[in-house]
Amino acid sequence: MAKRAAPEVNAGSMADIAFLLLIFFLVTTTIETDSGLNRKLPPMEDQVDPPIIRQKNIFTVLVSKNDQLLVEEELADIADLRSLAIAFLDNGGGVGDEACDYCQGERDETSSDNPDKAIISLKNDRETSYKVYIAVQNELVAAYNDLRNREFERLYPSLGINFVQAQKQYDDPRTPVEVAEELKPKLDQVKAMFPQKLSEAESAKLN
Amino acid sequence: MSKFKKKKGGDLPAISTASLPDIVFMLLFFFMVATVMRDSTLMVTNKLPAADQVQKLDKKDRVMYIYAGKPSSRYEDKYGSSARVQLNDKFASVNEVGAFILAERASKRQELQNVLTTALKVDSETKMGLIQDIKQELRKVSALKINYTTRVGDYTQNLN
Repeated sequence: MAKRAAPEVNAGSMADIAFLLLIFFLVTTTIETDSGLNRKLPPMEDQVDPPIIRQKNIFTVLVSKNDQLLVEEELADIADLRSLAIAFLDNGGGVGDEACDYCQGERDETSSDNPDKAIISLKNDRETSYKVYIAVQNELVAAYNDLRNREFERLYPSLGINFVQAQKQYDDPRTPVEVAEELKPKLDQVKAMFPQKLSEAESAKLN
Repeated sequence: MSKFKKKKGGDLPAISTASLPDIVFMLLFFFMVATVMRDSTLMVTNKLPAADQVQKLDKKDRVMYIYAGKPSSRYEDKYGSSARVQLNDKFASVNEVGAFILAERASKRQELQNVLTTALKVDSETKMGLIQDIKQELRKVSALKINYTTRVGDYTQNLN
């Protein structure tokens, strides 16, 4: 029998196959990155010597099992929460050592001394729904962010950005190292002016 | 004896498509490399709540995910309709969270082990009791950096 040359494989459909695979990977690709509210939990071990905190420096927010909001023991609407929290944090009622020279609040003696002392205590019931809890958290973080934005813009008007944008720029790995190094002390300074003291207490039995 | 003869015929030659597979393969490889397959199939409903004061989550290799919510309709008759925790690919009880975190932490590179974040992907209809228990478990194994993963949106969407 005569020796036959192997017939050449037709590669015309190669592109089709490749396209098929391409479309598959295009569809399954998720380049999205998750985002959310970053929080830090308190460590487990009990403090040996709990610091004494004056009642006027604590801003209690309580979300009941019916998802109602109690701010400083009074029923409040979630839309007002941000301004209430800002008023509390920015109050600056302290005198002498505890005075706050950048606060623009009412300087009410029955409210917080200065932002460094002011603590927001967030409590919830076991029956509180998660989405309302997140909404409340969001508004409290927003209160801090609003104040930090204000101070950042006041201190560094030449940058033309606010605190949140600066923080974002600092976190972005594409930002050049020099720029990030320059931003860091500024961010830390503003953070120290309004430290985020938001305590998420373990849920007490509420009725 | 003209050196520059006028070409005959004005037809455009057909564009060669021989390099098309190469281009497509190039794209294919890009997407193959960039693809991150969903590492665990969701067995719980996972409609995240909305928030707008969000921060981006760290790189994927520094995050441990904990899912919670009602079992999705497929699993409802087997696992009931009360909210459950999902770790990796299976349902778990709350007291398994600690062991899961320790195992996850051990599987990461040394230098990443103390910068890990725990992302809580919790369905918006869940009650806080379950989340409280998870948080308590996390504190026990001192995984203190957490992130309530949300979608970006106005908070008022959560209120109805």
